[in-house]
Amino acid sequence: MSSIRQIFEKPWIWAFVAAIGVWIATITFTQGQGAGGVLTAAFSFATFSVIVALGQMMVITLGPGNVDLSIPATMTLAGTVATKVMATQDSMIIFGLLVALGVGLGVGLVNYGLIRLLRIPPIIATLSSSFLFQSAAIWYNRGLRIKPPPLLADFATSTVWGVPVLAIFIIVLSVAIHIALHRTVYGRSVTAIGQNMRAASLAGINVNRVRFLTYILCAVFAALNGFFFSAFSGGAALNMGQTYLLNSIAVVVIGGTSVAGGFANVPGLWGAALFLFLVEAMLNTYGLGAGIRLLLTGLIIVGVITAAGGQKTAR
Amino acid sequence: MSHAPTADTGESLFARLTSPRVLRSILPAFSLVVILLAIFYLQPRAMSPIGLKLLFNLSVPIALATIAQMFVLCVNDLDLSIGAYVGFVVAVGATMLDGGIAALPALEGMLPDPVPWILTTPISGVIVLAAGIGVYALLGALIYIRDLPSIVVTLGMSFVWAGLAVLVLPTPGGSAPAFVRAVMTLSTPVVPFAIVALVIIAIVVHFGLMRTAYGAVIRGAGGNPRSVARAGWSLLKIKMVSFALAGFFGMLAGLALLGLTTAGDANIAVRYTLLSIAGAILGGSEFVGGRVSPIGAVIGAATLTLANSFLTFLKLNPDFQIGAQGAILIIILALRVLINRAEARR
Repeated sequence: MSSIRQIFEKPWIWAFVAAIGVWIATITFTQGQGAGGVLTAAFSFATFSVIVALGQMMVITLGPGNVDLSIPATMTLAGTVATKVMATQDSMIIFGLLVALGVGLGVGLVNYGLIRLLRIPPIIATLSSSFLFQSAAIWYNRGLRIKPPPLLADFATSTVWGVPVLAIFIIVLSVAIHIALHRTVYGRSVTAIGQNMRAASLAGINVNRVRFLTYILCAVFAALNGFFFSAFSGGAALNMGQTYLLNSIAVVVIGGTSVAGGFANVPGLWGAALFLFLVEAMLNTYGLGAGIRLLLTGLIIVGVITAAGGQKTAR
Repeated sequence: MSHAPTADTGESLFARLTSPRVLRSILPAFSLVVILLAIFYLQPRAMSPIGLKLLFNLSVPIALATIAQMFVLCVNDLDLSIGAYVGFVVAVGATMLDGGIAALPALEGMLPDPVPWILTTPISGVIVLAAGIGVYALLGALIYIRDLPSIVVTLGMSFVWAGLAVLVLPTPGGSAPAFVRAVMTLSTPVVPFAIVALVIIAIVVHFGLMRTAYGAVIRGAGGNPRSVARAGWSLLKIKMVSFALAGFFGMLAGLALLGLTTAGDANIAVRYTLLSIAGAILGGSEFVGGRVSPIGAVIGAATLTLANSFLTFLKLNPDFQIGAQGAILIIILALRVLINRAEARR
């Protein structure tokens, strides 16, 4: 009994409970039809949410005011540059991946450079820089959509027994981040800075280096997501990152990470990402109009955060 | 200037005027003037009353939305739903505020033949808009009582407002009520109405928030909530009041925008969320501590609008327009840092 209670005291459990509830509500409506298909689709799309949310989570954990608004632009830029460099050649996939990661590294450098040198709030720094990256993406490719190399497209869309292959890789990445967060000096430093930056600094943590690494990490993950998402969706589109701006923040917070910083939660990201996709799928299945769908999505997000928020204060 | 400094006070007038404190407070206005001069240089015809009117017109709704955002920033929260909310107001304004419930596109063909007055009275629009402000006040209460992150609550609300706006006005259309159009097309002598409106907004909010006792309490609640609560003020009420004010100014922003465009579109104001945050920050507001500046917010919003026109006049390759907007933001913020550095060196 006590172990069950322990599980229900975890802040991330509610995201999963909500996700399962929404899934059941969907398949009840379809009388069990497409139950597996919905789950596979949910895992495919949740994977992309989780990649960016992992980075966003680390950034948000750094404390109040830390949030990366340049994720959509970074995704677009990395996806655009990588697909153009690969020019649909299978032999160029590794090079394309490296280029995408390089773009992420550059974006992270610019973002943290602005935050550190200009001492502007990260939210404004990443907002202004995102305009630059978006412009660069438009200029680089004139909005042309180049197909990804066939091998990469196959990889990004393939499934094993209904489980997307990419999802397996990202689950492994999530476990790595989870361990890094709780067992490494870097991860503990991120949490410490989020709890009290001054105390962390006095305790000998190199605050600037940790923040620098975190913004780099977030940008690199966004670039990685741009690379895989453009492979998954048949090429990089200029608006491909758009939905990930709000999605990445929502996934992090519904997943049980504290917006005030200092407390991160990796398992919750998966629960929240699945939940948000399943809500959309459910409302689509019900055949509701766009207005009602948006309205219900919003009310469900506010409802979940209100319910989960109380959980946190009780802790 | 009754207390003009004399030479023997040790500091010259020039040194006083170039002190970091003064520089920092005039920086937003300075950026505005520089961009305005740049526009005049590129397009001398903009220097006419009509040119100025066209330049400043769109900054009125953006300034109002920025003021709304500023009231939320003031109590250490952030409103990511303001753009969607402004769109909702535009949708309601173009339908119910003009022709009552009967003007809703969803009801077309379902109305009884002599339409009863209750269905055509614009009072229904007034009630819906007032309810919107009420929802804002309740959000403030919810965020305070449950100690919720405003970012996520308002994120969820952005979907709610967008959904409601689409329900009210599924496709662009409707028409602006006559009085809204009349206000926004007022013509004033010498100085264009838009500029007069901006000045009035800045002065009214400045006096309300910076010069009244309750304004000080609201800002104090952002700076040090505990001490404000100890002094006997209800933090719940403060949160509700500042959110309701945000809802009120957001509503004004929507109506002003509707008056300019004359027809409604639910998605018209999506960009307002980020513009309002950027405008407030450019104008010297900060994310925490109740440090806000209404005059700065209005100037910041005007600067952002003018920056857009400037880039159009520059005939810049459209690929770079968005990027140039980012660059202008960064340059102005960099200037502020230089001033702060100069201050630190003294």
